Amino acid sequence: MTAQLLQVENLQVAFSTRHGTVTALHGIDIALAAGETLGVVGESGSGKSVTSLAVMRLLDRAGKITGGRVLFEGRDITHAGHADLRRLRGSALSMIFQNPRAALNPIRTVEQQIVDVLAAHGRLSRANARAQALDLLRAVLIRDPEARLGAYPHELSGGMCQRVMIAMAIACEPVLLIADEPTTGLDVTTQQTVMELLARIKAERGMAMILITHDLGLAARWCDRIAVMESGRVVEQGETVALFEAPAHPYTRRLVAASPTRRSTLADLAPPGLARDAAPVVTVPREHGPGTPPLLELVNVVKSFGGPTRAVDDVSFKIPQGGALGLVGESGSGKSTLSRLICRLIDPDDGDIVFDGESIARVPAREFHQSPRRRDIQIVFQDPNDSLNPRHTAFDSIAYPLRRLEGLRDGAALQTRVREAAARAGLPMDLLQRFPHQLSGGQKARVGIARAVAPRPRLLVLDEPTAALDVSVQAVILQLLDRLRREDGIGLLFVSHDLNVVRMLCDDLVVLQAGRVVEAGRSQQVFQRPQADYTRTLLEAVPYFDPQRTELLKTA
Amino acid sequence: MSDLALNSSSTGRHIAYVLRSNPVTALAATGTLMLVLIAILAPVLAPYDPVASNVPQALQPPSWAHLAGTDQLGRDILSRIIWAARIDLMIAVSAVSLSFVAGAVIGGFCGYRGGRLDRWVGRFVDVLMAFPLFVLAMALVAALGNRVENIVIATAVINLPFYIRFARAEVNVRRNAGWVEAARACGDSHLSVVLRVLLPNVLPAMAVQISLNLGWAILNAAGLSFIGLGVTAPTPEWGIMVAEGARFITTGKWWLVAMPGLALMLTVLCFNLLGDGLRDILDPRMRT
Repeated sequence: MTAQLLQVENLQVAFSTRHGTVTALHGIDIALAAGETLGVVGESGSGKSVTSLAVMRLLDRAGKITGGRVLFEGRDITHAGHADLRRLRGSALSMIFQNPRAALNPIRTVEQQIVDVLAAHGRLSRANARAQALDLLRAVLIRDPEARLGAYPHELSGGMCQRVMIAMAIACEPVLLIADEPTTGLDVTTQQTVMELLARIKAERGMAMILITHDLGLAARWCDRIAVMESGRVVEQGETVALFEAPAHPYTRRLVAASPTRRSTLADLAPPGLARDAAPVVTVPREHGPGTPPLLELVNVVKSFGGPTRAVDDVSFKIPQGGALGLVGESGSGKSTLSRLICRLIDPDDGDIVFDGESIARVPAREFHQSPRRRDIQIVFQDPNDSLNPRHTAFDSIAYPLRRLEGLRDGAALQTRVREAAARAGLPMDLLQRFPHQLSGGQKARVGIARAVAPRPRLLVLDEPTAALDVSVQAVILQLLDRLRREDGIGLLFVSHDLNVVRMLCDDLVVLQAGRVVEAGRSQQVFQRPQADYTRTLLEAVPYFDPQRTELLKTA
Repeated sequence: MSDLALNSSSTGRHIAYVLRSNPVTALAATGTLMLVLIAILAPVLAPYDPVASNVPQALQPPSWAHLAGTDQLGRDILSRIIWAARIDLMIAVSAVSLSFVAGAVIGGFCGYRGGRLDRWVGRFVDVLMAFPLFVLAMALVAALGNRVENIVIATAVINLPFYIRFARAEVNVRRNAGWVEAARACGDSHLSVVLRVLLPNVLPAMAVQISLNLGWAILNAAGLSFIGLGVTAPTPEWGIMVAEGARFITTGKWWLVAMPGLALMLTVLCFNLLGDGLRDILDPRMRT
């Protein structure tokens, strides 16, 4: 073996908690050569982040390295003192985090923060501190770097903040950069530019990089080698293409199966146990007479929040009875505003919302809770962690719309309805007595769906329901939604930034940009022959999981 | 319902767990419970009539006959302390409930609605807090009339700003949460979102405030009585007892002041210690 830059041998980490010691890493081995990119993939709780924190020796007080060692450039840094570590961090080892906005100090300017890093490692000559900071901002391709020097983090977009973080991370020319989910939470187009930037900087400076991600598409596209982690163990490790083409470990196979590729259908994403649910998606044209009005129709809807720009600008579209429409756009495109308008949580400034032939925009949102239409339109929210009342058990959460909308009292009828809704959402009955903090992300998402389907709505608005979920959970939730539609005839409005997911679930799609519809049509058509430039950009930025295509990109 | 039974027994287990893991809370809870019992059972527990004077027995130091001694009119201090627990607790609990309910609702709506209502109420609260609170209470009692109800009102008013601010801040950070919008999709009006959904969620944090405030309210009531407002002699009340006893402390008759003072101190201490434990009991996130 050649000399490795970083060598992690049998590393074990444990956390002490209220319920005794919990082992987070059960002895992992990772090696990384200079200039190499290693992808660490796995789902939440697999120990990816703990690994990187342990390597950086940034574990919090409850966490401890209980065995094994970390060699950096041949030196054992497992028990290095604070002074040694401080010298290493930043100058030789560097890290960028998820949520760049939270990682930057909100009350210091970009220049001050970059200079702080330089000063901490004695790489600063007072005279040209500003020039150095400027060079770094140029290196991360920030537009108008002179003006950005004096900016505060809140004045920058998420992608800009991540660029500043990268500038700080490379300020002292580290030989190893650890990127922990560097693009999660950014728009797809921003994601792509950030990753391109990282790859460029890596190549220019000959850095090695560890990319920690839950997104196999991202890992496949940018990494030389991949380590797959599951519950604190590295279950498989190897060259990217070889590993993804012929995954050996069952967990890797499951992950690969659950990651949508360019051509996959919902049925392809089936985890083995659930295959029977996943009949091929045939859009059966439902029996509706020619005179049947569409389930939902938006007519020139406009909404602004007081500023000069309109959040939703003259949007019209239709969803047929029992149909599924995808609403795609990046942050700020107005898609969340639109979903709240349709759910009648806020009022449009102009235009009409017609539900089943009846205008529902005339009833003000303030009084819509009394409308008989209230139960017909339900919503599933983006972040399952944030969409359940912390004081309600799963049972109470699901029972809430039944109590409020149908006036059901505690009793057998309520029990039956809640259990029925839970069953439809695939939520195990023994979880009904749990509070949200005792449930996993996927379980919370199911509670959210069960709550929305409990009053037997006819239209379900899904506001990025899978954005915060692991791929395997996403696959299951998507299949569940598809089944609800096919079996119960519920119409779906699926709001998402992920075109590929929308393509699999929806017949039609509408692409939004800055509050306006830029393209609308049948999903397959839009996907294969996009008309608008913006749609094309969006499509190109989606990190498909597609090992062969990756090869092409790299050789090109 | 079996589910219901399961739920209540797990609540019981949770309370037991909090008390076990936090002995100070258990002690404070016991103390508070005893205090309430003493107040309720005052007629049974007090060995003497609290207002009957017995001048030949005046100013006796603590003895077996009079465990806490007697005052200048020969009244048994222990009996007076026991009876005083009634009136002091009554004032404190009603004042704090009043300001809690009003403060939570006003603050809750301000935090949820924001805008002009929030700004106006915010400025009003600022003005209220700019007064020295005890002086404000004095002024209120003097203006409204020297009666026990007015002590309650005055105490409630000076506590109100804390509750408004607290409820406002706590509701404000939660008003955009997904579960608040979800409740609206489930058929709640804005009104019931605040009352049924948001306020129950801020309750645990406010419980700490309640407990602390009970201590302040008792001190405040006693303080008002001490300067001659509110409860008047010969009604037994800790503040009056301290005030009347103060004249005799220079002659070495310490028990006149020390005994009711001790009762006051222990009560306030119990309430303050109870606060943190209450939050742990009421917060479902502490249940595992």
